[in-house]
Amino acid sequence: MIDIHPLKSSIPEGPLAEKWDNYKFSARLVNPSNRKKFEIIVVGAGLAGASASASLGELGYNVKTFFIHDSPRRAHSIAAQGGINAAKNYANDGDSVYRLFYDTIKGGDFRAREANVYRLAQISNQIIDHCVAQGVPFAREYGGLLANRSFGGAQVSRTFYARGQTGQQLLLGAYGSLMKQVDQGKVTLYPYTEMLDLIVSEGHARGIVARDLVTGEVTIHTAHAVLVASGGYGNVFYLSTNAMNSNVTAAWRCHKRGAYFANPSFVQIHPTCIPQSGEHQSKLTLMSESLRNDGRVWVPLKKEDSRLPQDIPEEERDYYLERIYPAFGNLVPRDVASRQAKFQVDQGRGVGVSGEAVYLDFTQALRNQGIKGIREKYGNLFSMYERITGENPYKTPMRIFPAVHYTMGGLWVDYDLQSTVPGLFVLGEANFSDHGANRLGASALMQGLADGYFIAPATVGNYLAGLKEESLNLEDCERAKRETEDRLTKLLNLKGSQSVDQIHRKLGRILWDFSGMIRSENSLKKALEQVRSLRQEFWNEAVVPGQNDYKNQELEKAGRVADFLELGEILIRDALIREESCGCHFREEYQTQDNEALRNDENFSHVTAWEWSEENKWREWREPLSFLKVKPSQRSYK
Amino acid sequence: MNFKLKIWRQKASEQNGKFQTFRVQNISPDTSFLEVLDLVNEELVLDKKEPVAFEHDCREGICGSCGVMINGEPHGPGKGVTTCQLYMREFKNNQEIYIEPFRAKAFSVIRDLIVDRSAFDRVQQSGGYISVNTGSAPSANALPVSRENAGRAFSAATCIGCGACVASCKNASASLFVSARLAHFSLLPQGKAEQDKRVLKMVAQMDREGFGACSHTGSCFAACPKEISLENIARMNRSWTKAVLRKRQGSNS
Repeated sequence: MIDIHPLKSSIPEGPLAEKWDNYKFSARLVNPSNRKKFEIIVVGAGLAGASASASLGELGYNVKTFFIHDSPRRAHSIAAQGGINAAKNYANDGDSVYRLFYDTIKGGDFRAREANVYRLAQISNQIIDHCVAQGVPFAREYGGLLANRSFGGAQVSRTFYARGQTGQQLLLGAYGSLMKQVDQGKVTLYPYTEMLDLIVSEGHARGIVARDLVTGEVTIHTAHAVLVASGGYGNVFYLSTNAMNSNVTAAWRCHKRGAYFANPSFVQIHPTCIPQSGEHQSKLTLMSESLRNDGRVWVPLKKEDSRLPQDIPEEERDYYLERIYPAFGNLVPRDVASRQAKFQVDQGRGVGVSGEAVYLDFTQALRNQGIKGIREKYGNLFSMYERITGENPYKTPMRIFPAVHYTMGGLWVDYDLQSTVPGLFVLGEANFSDHGANRLGASALMQGLADGYFIAPATVGNYLAGLKEESLNLEDCERAKRETEDRLTKLLNLKGSQSVDQIHRKLGRILWDFSGMIRSENSLKKALEQVRSLRQEFWNEAVVPGQNDYKNQELEKAGRVADFLELGEILIRDALIREESCGCHFREEYQTQDNEALRNDENFSHVTAWEWSEENKWREWREPLSFLKVKPSQRSYK
Repeated sequence: MNFKLKIWRQKASEQNGKFQTFRVQNISPDTSFLEVLDLVNEELVLDKKEPVAFEHDCREGICGSCGVMINGEPHGPGKGVTTCQLYMREFKNNQEIYIEPFRAKAFSVIRDLIVDRSAFDRVQQSGGYISVNTGSAPSANALPVSRENAGRAFSAATCIGCGACVASCKNASASLFVSARLAHFSLLPQGKAEQDKRVLKMVAQMDREGFGACSHTGSCFAACPKEISLENIARMNRSWTKAVLRKRQGSNS
């Protein structure tokens, strides 16, 4: 039985363009002198977490920021390469807030909430202003003004960038503001500290249980609101472009305490990654999608063609993206580019030793712009490619293949970014809100910073101002702590014969093969069965060496993989019940004649949100999506 | 390829450490250095022994987490690479490889190859930012920045805070790290207002943390995976002197 409409998205009244202003005007405010009475916990110190911590500290709240790294600057936001979108229209090429909104809704294949996306587009311009003022060294034109480039899925140049290290520079900006608040005594940092449970008392989020990763000590931290900005769950696939420590644990603990998990099957597979070279490989490396601005994607026309790329004449090459999508060419959105690469490989036209790759060729761009021009734009990416593969991309085309990159799914939140647990807010990649079934390039940085700098400070204030005197039941805190300790003991008692990594690799293989770029009812049912039995295998056969009271990295991994094994099941079930194709979610049974995703708006124009009911049992809820401004259409990039 | 690894093992900062020898065999030259450590650890774990603790995260050379001394060089052989970007093709077959933590007074050992680099955060905290509260920024294009200066600021800001500069320096000086942060801000018009205060506070904090003085040998530049320029140190010294003089004269800019 599916219940519809328990989920209040709390979208403000008024026309789309006025909703955010209306919200801010009607929001309750906390008097500046009262702000110091409130404690706020922020989990995560990436773009969303650091920007929220800094901004809330500036407002005068007492903020405690927890993160698993030694320093807030290590968060995986730092690795984002390409850029950040904003509707500045500096290029005078017809961009506007409405166009950025429209592109994002369409790019997400009409599975995102209109009001949230419109707000995101509105805030995009303020983000750029703020980051420039912080000293983020964005690329500039000769006249000293900001430079823009176009990016996958957009026909306008709206992407701001700092060479191939935009995420690093934005994170250092947020980190600077955060450190200033630390210096002022408004933010307290908890480095090397992992959130292992959410404390819910009298129906409200009131704190967390955290473990010091160096000493192993488990402690209770209480607060009036908890903000989780712990990133995405792409590492459930084992191999992904995520950092090795990226995990779902903080979000998953919230889920098990009552926060619904939305659209877990919406996982973005990024088209331009360096292909896997062997079993030993620990992660996949992304090559910024900006490369598609100048690189041309092709495969040999002949199947299993073993000639070197330079020996294949022009007429025996298939520049398939340019052929199939003449309007967008190599700049089609990520989901489309990834799927087409897989189709080519599945038809035997893949290249390289493994046959699991396609070419990204810069010959023409090098001819037109010269080595110097190309080096200026992509120098660091080219040398990174050469370092990893030992091949020189100035001389021979790159080999690329899709890899798991970003998760659009995440904890369900309303317009306030509040989860189904009052007082628990979820920011950045950890929430599900703005990207629908597919995220456009250069939109993740925009969303993380919009959530942290501008949205949470307004909505958390609104929540706190309305907070009645809640009695915090200490027994709720102690119980959560006890359960955390029991779980750690259980993990440390695992003395089987398989390493945690071995089981994680198996989980990744199942999800990639049966619930990856292309899924079907059969493959998903197979995956479901296998993940359930792998979960048993983990608790029966895994080995966790050592003890609790020092830096025990195997224990850290074990806890995270145990959570991935639970998340894996709901990811598969979410893909199974969504009997349509949309964005990144491609069900073999639902496609158009020319292999494009076939949506079913009549039955699936909704967000699926899963409620954890008991051990590995979920209840399904739906939030219907209505499109008042944009009429959903078959996405076309032709 | 086969290697003999001598890896530093140390349970905690207050305990003594020692090298432990591991032999690894049949390693593909395309395996990364950290993946070899993964293999060593997987065997240790399956033997129910303690794996080697080492720090790592993004494995693409940008987060700054990883960093060990490899045969006496921070991040090992090769210019402009972090430990995670090092591949075994850079070594000779049957080579003996010594792997140690970054050593400095300000970086105490947490376990095995992991050191505490929180001193860097405290230096940042003392002034490594431009004070601008959310919401108060002027329009982005209001203040042009020459393309050249933006590029130079970027080149300084590209520092990943790994600590290789400190580890390579005989005085364990953090001058390259601190000066890169300072240069990033001083090259931009937005950073000018707080410049004197920033350099005085950050340099004072650097000294308090127990980092040594710079004696201009340039070993930090040679070890830096992001090839941060020594010019930054000269710029820091110059602006520190100016700031001290201006402070004495009682003027502010």
